[in-house]
Amino acid sequence: MSHDPRALPEHPEWLWRTPEPKSSYDIVIVGAGGHGLATAFYLARQHGITNVAVLERGWLAGGNMARNTTIIRSNYLLEESAALYEHALRLWETWPDDLDYDFLFSQRGVLNLAHTLQDVRDSRRRVFSNQLGGVDAEWLTPDEVAKICPIINTSSDTRYPVLGATFQPRAGIAKHDHVAWALARQCDAMGIDLIQGCEVTGFVTSPDGDRVTGVHTSKGTINAGRIGLAAAGRTSVLTEQLGLRLPIQSHPLQALVSELLEPIHPTVVMSNHVHVYVSQAHKGELVLGAGVDAYNSYTQRGSIPVIEHQMAAAIELFPMFARAQVLRTWAGIVDVTPDASPVISPTPIENLFVNCGWGTGGFKATPAAGWTFAHTLATGAAHSLNAPYALDRFVTGALIDEHGAAAVAH
Amino acid sequence: MINTNRLSGASGDRIDRTRILRFTFDGTEYTGHPGDTLASALLANGVLGYGPSIYADRPRGVVSAGTEEPNALVRLRAPQQATMLPATTVELVDGLVADSLSGIGRLDASERVPGADTLCDKKYVHADVVVIGAGPAGLAAAAVAARSGARVLVAEERRELGGALLDARAEQIDGAAAADWIKQQGRQLLEAPETRVLTSSTVVGYYDHNYLLIAQRNPDASGIAQRLWHVRAKQVIIATGAHERPIVFADNDRPGIMLAGAVRRYLNRFAVLPGRRAVVFTSSDSAYDTALDLLAAGGEVSALVDARPEPPQVLVDSVRDAGAEVITGSAVVGTHGAQRITGVRVAPIDADGAITGAVRELDCDLLAVGGGWSPVVHLYGQAGGQLRWDDCAAAFVPAEPVTASRQVIGAARGTFDLAGCVAQGQCAGAKAATEAGYRVAAPAAPEVRGAPRPSRPRQLWLVPGETADPADWTTHFVDLQRDATVRDVWRAVGTGMVSVEHVKRYTTISTGADQGKTSGVNAIGVLAEALGQASIGDVGTTTFRPPYTPVTFSLLAGRDRAELSDPVRTTPIHSWHVEHGALFENVGQWKRPWYYPLHGEDMEQAVLRECRAARTGVAMQDASTLGKIEIVGPDAPEFLNRIYTNGFAKLAVGSARYGLQCKADGMVFDDGVSLRLAEDRYLMTTTTGNAAAVLDWLEEWLQTEWPDLAVHCTSVTEQWSTVAVVGPDSRDVIARLAPDLDVSAAAFPFMAHRETTLASGIPARICRISFSGELAFEVNVASWFGLALWEQVYAAGADYGITPYGTETMHVLRAEKGFPIVGQDTDGTVTPDDLGMGWAIAKHKDFIGKRSFARPDTARTNRKQLVGLLPLDPDEVLPEGAALVEPPVQLNPPVPMLGHVTSSYRSAVLDRGFALALIESGRARIGEVVHAPLGERTVPARVTKPVFYDEEGNRRDGR
Repeated sequence: MSHDPRALPEHPEWLWRTPEPKSSYDIVIVGAGGHGLATAFYLARQHGITNVAVLERGWLAGGNMARNTTIIRSNYLLEESAALYEHALRLWETWPDDLDYDFLFSQRGVLNLAHTLQDVRDSRRRVFSNQLGGVDAEWLTPDEVAKICPIINTSSDTRYPVLGATFQPRAGIAKHDHVAWALARQCDAMGIDLIQGCEVTGFVTSPDGDRVTGVHTSKGTINAGRIGLAAAGRTSVLTEQLGLRLPIQSHPLQALVSELLEPIHPTVVMSNHVHVYVSQAHKGELVLGAGVDAYNSYTQRGSIPVIEHQMAAAIELFPMFARAQVLRTWAGIVDVTPDASPVISPTPIENLFVNCGWGTGGFKATPAAGWTFAHTLATGAAHSLNAPYALDRFVTGALIDEHGAAAVAH
Repeated sequence: MINTNRLSGASGDRIDRTRILRFTFDGTEYTGHPGDTLASALLANGVLGYGPSIYADRPRGVVSAGTEEPNALVRLRAPQQATMLPATTVELVDGLVADSLSGIGRLDASERVPGADTLCDKKYVHADVVVIGAGPAGLAAAAVAARSGARVLVAEERRELGGALLDARAEQIDGAAAADWIKQQGRQLLEAPETRVLTSSTVVGYYDHNYLLIAQRNPDASGIAQRLWHVRAKQVIIATGAHERPIVFADNDRPGIMLAGAVRRYLNRFAVLPGRRAVVFTSSDSAYDTALDLLAAGGEVSALVDARPEPPQVLVDSVRDAGAEVITGSAVVGTHGAQRITGVRVAPIDADGAITGAVRELDCDLLAVGGGWSPVVHLYGQAGGQLRWDDCAAAFVPAEPVTASRQVIGAARGTFDLAGCVAQGQCAGAKAATEAGYRVAAPAAPEVRGAPRPSRPRQLWLVPGETADPADWTTHFVDLQRDATVRDVWRAVGTGMVSVEHVKRYTTISTGADQGKTSGVNAIGVLAEALGQASIGDVGTTTFRPPYTPVTFSLLAGRDRAELSDPVRTTPIHSWHVEHGALFENVGQWKRPWYYPLHGEDMEQAVLRECRAARTGVAMQDASTLGKIEIVGPDAPEFLNRIYTNGFAKLAVGSARYGLQCKADGMVFDDGVSLRLAEDRYLMTTTTGNAAAVLDWLEEWLQTEWPDLAVHCTSVTEQWSTVAVVGPDSRDVIARLAPDLDVSAAAFPFMAHRETTLASGIPARICRISFSGELAFEVNVASWFGLALWEQVYAAGADYGITPYGTETMHVLRAEKGFPIVGQDTDGTVTPDDLGMGWAIAKHKDFIGKRSFARPDTARTNRKQLVGLLPLDPDEVLPEGAALVEPPVQLNPPVPMLGHVTSSYRSAVLDRGFALALIESGRARIGEVVHAPLGERTVPARVTKPVFYDEEGNRRDGR
């Protein structure tokens, strides 16, 4: 492959080993997605814990890490959310150097469009809140939107005219697979075992069942001082075996790409009201996503009406996309909690910790998820950033509900 | 302009030489004939080069004759535009204009509206049996199934039925030439009344439960570019054939290197001789036919190179007898040429694939390569089907080709002999029809001639380079479209990768517009070798995803564009609003009048005037958009008691009550007034935007949690039109409108409703409900009387100067009274108590959300509470959404926030700006000053009770 600017960059000569598991580790992380890898990375980097295994049922980063639409932003409404996602964004800004890997992190800005008067209220509220919270945010008029992204139809005669938008200039996209490989490479170099094709089938517990001491896997039993579950929708399937029910429901979330196109779309555009989000990746494909399929499923397949609606929305916002072609559609499994915010938390079972319920917010949060989950696993207690994301909030009622508040896809 | 490579008058081809089509490619004019594809017409003109490769900038030519084409990508400019299509799939039409591309398309940024020529539509059908692919297997299946009387739908990707049989020269079925057999089967399908045949129609998606998506490129409707068929099938027969594989060797990408089957197709179907002097390189039997057909067409064949040391002697003899050399146990190890191949290097290889002898040079202008056949298992895979590696067929084949509702047949199943395909098709057609309820027997298998059963192919993916090692083989192309080479695969493996999914992502192999149709299996083969795996079956495939071939956004969007992108809902009174100059607000799908400016008024002036009318005279609003749900059944009182936080079971018939609904977390979800129409019948009103969500919510509880309750819910939003008549003069207006009704406060109290007949004879239900604090009535009539009612109210109020008002005035009036709007003053995190509506929480019954009120966080006393705000400067109107902080304001983020402004207006009656806000411990802060930092400046405002006007409620009963 040549060094055409549209071609993907060359990768390092070496990424990671394929080791057999040892019989015991200080910490075992279940799920080698972005979050599991980032957690292992920060366990080693921040806490000096390297006797760590990351177990993966399939291939490394083959779940939602391989299936998301790669949008990174931190312009969340609620203070707890903005703090967590902004922490993530600041880490993202250091990662290309820190991980020593060109994963095509592109801070091209994200526009969140407003199409109704209530959208406008919600959007402006989010901007006011972001500005006071230290998150870069601006409110733009339709004319200003057109300057940043000229291909959006900002005329007033559409079904839901663009009434304005919020803009976060520091937001952007990154090449998801490469992020995972960058993390895996660093983890491997620090001695962490990344074990693929290793399905966790059960837990080893103390006689009274109050404490976990290891996992049973398709590659044998592995003992662990602490266990961190970072298996997205499968997390609740795992904890079910311990009698621990987690408040998450799994839905298909579809995404799609067009054929490669010459550069035409300079930023990231999200519209919750007409239900589509679009960016153009480095190679040239348009990457589009929308809302979840309403039903529960673990199939990693979705239904066509959701895609059809999304295409109608895309043409409404970007008339020239009428001629673009869908090349490939796929689905991930998003694990959604009742308040649509994640759980990064100890559990009632000693030495068992969970990081799940990220819904559609997981990729952008990868560094912060890893940072806080590593802290929680290393110290046994939450970091101040993830303290609000405790499992017991569903008992106390201290929910972090962005659902109704944010005029954006979560 | 002469088609230099067109064969003259060959029999059996599908070209209509009697008509000439003119077309332009990369600025040069050419001609072709009906029946041509763009690619075949260009080949006939001696053109096989397209755009150079995407990254390496190497010359590239057409490789295939179908959807699997990796190189020959074009942008169509006329008569229809298309972003990027393989020239091999573009049917030639007169006046066609196309340009070559290099693997990357281009959109036209000047298109400010979707091109009219992109409009597509959709069709939704059910079928008993769907047959995908009308090659020999599919045709045989469809003909038998059609005979049964079942509803059969046949989808064929190409313009004509016949599939690979159309490429044939000598094959015979049932004593007929292949072409005649195809005709005969096609006729049977046409004659079957319940059978539908779609040509130029590609099944692009196979979803759960036999749900198929078909992209039809030649719909018989004018003004429609394409049509998308949604098909629910009882039985599906996948007869999608196979794609031929190339073989990976050094410089295997030069123009003039084509698939052997494609060469045969160009010869026999399109009467085009793609080269004068060919070398055929193969690892299986089928390319022998290519050599024979080339020779029969007058072409020269320098040699047929077979990687197998001992190919079937009968095949070898046939080619030798026809005059060409056969070199066995050898491979093409390199090629020469620049814009076109000029020669190949051939060398013997051993059983491991290593070069074992001297290299021979052969001249050629065409290299036909046959690396074996890959069943088209994409749709099977999309539906969740698993694959297994079949060592005999040298192919990934369906692991479970036959299930209760799906069969994979023919080459798609790894059955590569014609007799087997036809026989399998007949059985499958009979089985499918019978399973669908139309019993039919499979006929005796016909006799097939001229198509012997193929012998075992050699599994050869990669011919080694003559020098260095695989990590340096930078011109051994695995994926032509992605310019990915053996070196890239080895590099991926060198990093430690072992999964085919990782290598795919690392090399981008099979991520192009062709989705790896020709490169996928070779990539797996190369990877298996790099990993030292014995069988490529151990490596496995990547996942097949819809669509099978690219489809335009506009095809998926169909007619859901412009106004139809989301249905526009308007009330029966809408035309009046338009005529009277209303500006509209989108609320959900509804268009609601926002305000009615007069004589050059701006919004603020209009709203102040409308508000003044409602407070001092009389005003009217179209309230028809509010959601209305009839809730009926003996358990309706109990049901509403559980849904609403306050009690509804004891509500008297003839009365109405405002109620709040919460979600299970105790947060306000919707509100509205419900009327009790009879002991077992209520009419619930919901917010306009939330009506469907509320009905879903009610149904969710009835269907999943309380199926024992005898209640049913019916949306009647569009069955009623509602006009709100508001203001101190409203009683007089209603009295004129409904003279039979006693409208006195005593006879018709607040929150009562009455049935009456208006002066005009229209039956009406009138309620005394107020969302403004003023005396107010809501008149409900059947929706077809809506406009008449509105005009009658307008006439009855004329003497009082009745003023129509829109949603903005409604918002101001209710805010002056502190009435919240769900979704504006709430956001899913607000309890009834937070709204100051603790009075609406019943103590002695259970309801959804009640349990959550006991949770520690929900029971906190310092939650955000709805309060009023009066900016210290009365001229100030705070922006909605503004954050509120405690003074003194420090602006170093993160700044702790107390809450935010939810609603903010200028009030006519208060003659100042005012706002509603959610503020932490808000009720305890009444009297304090909070600040709204607005960037450049900070606005101080005093916290007040959320009721700004007539707190005592004196105006409710009017003057």
